[in-house]
Amino acid sequence: MNQPSSDKSKLDLPVSLRYKETKREKTGVFFKKKVGWLFVIVSVIAITIFNFYPMVQAFLLSFQSGMGGNLEYTGLDNWQRLFSDPTFIAALTNTSIYLLIQVPLMIVLALIFSVLLNDPKLKFRGFFRIAIFLPCVTSLVAYSVIFKYLFGVDGIINQFLLNFGFISETINFLADPFWAKVVIILAITWRWTGYNMIFYLAALQNVDKSIYEAARIDGANAFQQFFQITIPMLKPIILFTSITSTIGTLQIFDEIVNITNGGPGNATISISQYIYNLSFEFTPDFGYASTVSYVIVILVVILSIIQFRVAGEKK
Amino acid sequence: MKNLKRIFIYTFLSLAALVSIFPFLWMLVSITNKSVDVTQGRLIPGTHLIENMKTLFATVDIVPALANSAIIAVITTVLTLLLASLAGYGFEIHRSKGKDIVFNILLLSMMIPFAAIMVPLYRMFGSISDTAPLIGIDSLGAVILPTATTAFFIFFFRQNTKMFPKDLVEAGRIDGLSEIGVFFRIYMPTMKTTYAAAAIITFMNSWNNYLWPLVILQSPEKRTIPLLISNLGSSYSPDYGVIMSAIVIATLPTALVFFLMQKHFVAGMMGSVKG
Repeated sequence: MNQPSSDKSKLDLPVSLRYKETKREKTGVFFKKKVGWLFVIVSVIAITIFNFYPMVQAFLLSFQSGMGGNLEYTGLDNWQRLFSDPTFIAALTNTSIYLLIQVPLMIVLALIFSVLLNDPKLKFRGFFRIAIFLPCVTSLVAYSVIFKYLFGVDGIINQFLLNFGFISETINFLADPFWAKVVIILAITWRWTGYNMIFYLAALQNVDKSIYEAARIDGANAFQQFFQITIPMLKPIILFTSITSTIGTLQIFDEIVNITNGGPGNATISISQYIYNLSFEFTPDFGYASTVSYVIVILVVILSIIQFRVAGEKK
Repeated sequence: MKNLKRIFIYTFLSLAALVSIFPFLWMLVSITNKSVDVTQGRLIPGTHLIENMKTLFATVDIVPALANSAIIAVITTVLTLLLASLAGYGFEIHRSKGKDIVFNILLLSMMIPFAAIMVPLYRMFGSISDTAPLIGIDSLGAVILPTATTAFFIFFFRQNTKMFPKDLVEAGRIDGLSEIGVFFRIYMPTMKTTYAAAAIITFMNSWNNYLWPLVILQSPEKRTIPLLISNLGSSYSPDYGVIMSAIVIATLPTALVFFLMQKHFVAGMMGSVKG
């Protein structure tokens, strides 16, 4: 199974950097193979114990039911329960809403910022970049608490809207099923747009400026340049960021718990929060919690495949 | 027309910058004001800073929480860096078909949502609590272990190792260094910037981690900073000046790391995608 690596190293590296085999290495090939495994073995074992093994356990648990430690196999009962469980359906709906609105909104915003901030003629470029990236230094819990206060009934947003006459009486944002979702979406967008922008800015550095010049000569306006050059050039990185954002938003927990705690009612509850509640807030039902958690797994896999397909089809 | 466009762009960016910075400004102003002033939307710095700090340290166990978070973040960072760089180096320098397969399997673990494994992990740590309390439920060890090994950083180090001049490995061998010696004496010092970038990201992730510590830690004296802030944030009669002070103190380390090491920080983010 173990082959010397010279023929495999067809990486995008200049020849000088490629792995070359020497005489000494050939004689020590057996030893070399072994010692290579020594480097990776601890990580392999650790990831198996702390990631793969629990994944298998969760799968088995998803067919079991009972309170606390008294679990027994109940076949597909948990999976059937999913479809008639209003809290699960609320959690799934809310998470989907966050995903469908927040991820595209954030990626479009981040793209616009990065294109504007990539213009070398723009003044205060450094300031704008740092300002927009700044939210990324906050912890999820800290900014969530701040957003909760900002959007409170007597919070500063309400006062601002009142003072400037946008509203005639305060809105109880966090107690309203619609506005509570809006606040959550705004909060996540505030925290992560700058983060994604940095990826696009870096990618834009590698785009050949002459392409834009050629397009300008051909009479393409800014919008055409954006849609026909920038977007296609950034496609791989847009794919990367949309996958990481999708996986992140599917698992959203910290913000929900600390801004609305899932309320009002279950209007903002997310799948992760429901799993947490099933396991550690209510009477522990580890079996059913694992079934719900596998829904996230399935969604992550499906959405990743779709995104790869969509990005790959126009090649 | 061109001027109009420029005005529009600057207005748009200024608004975005204002929205991004405003919560920070509000936070910084609020720690100098009384709770009542904060609720009244006061945006002018006051004179209550010292009182707020005094109340914070007198009524909230912020020092132990800072200590717990610091211990966890430092150990997690050291462990992650060591294990991930060893593995990334091994996968790239001692490349073989078998290892490539294992590597790809490890990458799959990046897709595992934490919510899906937290229950089995909790039960796993629960089952060893009696025999090994240092890594059982309600121990800092249990917080560290599952977070210190991530395929992401193995991938990160492997990507960066592609830039590492392989001739150096050979030179080290000729100088009589062992394979491990090459790693510690040559690879580690050469890859300083990669380590710095990885250290920043790991430290921040660990410092800010919320869900797993919430699950595994139980006693109040083990609480980390995010758990403490979450607790303060959900209190029924919040003292806003004090809570804001706690948030500012909790944000300081990560903000400092960011401002002092901006370049490494961005390099760390990029390292995850290039190649």
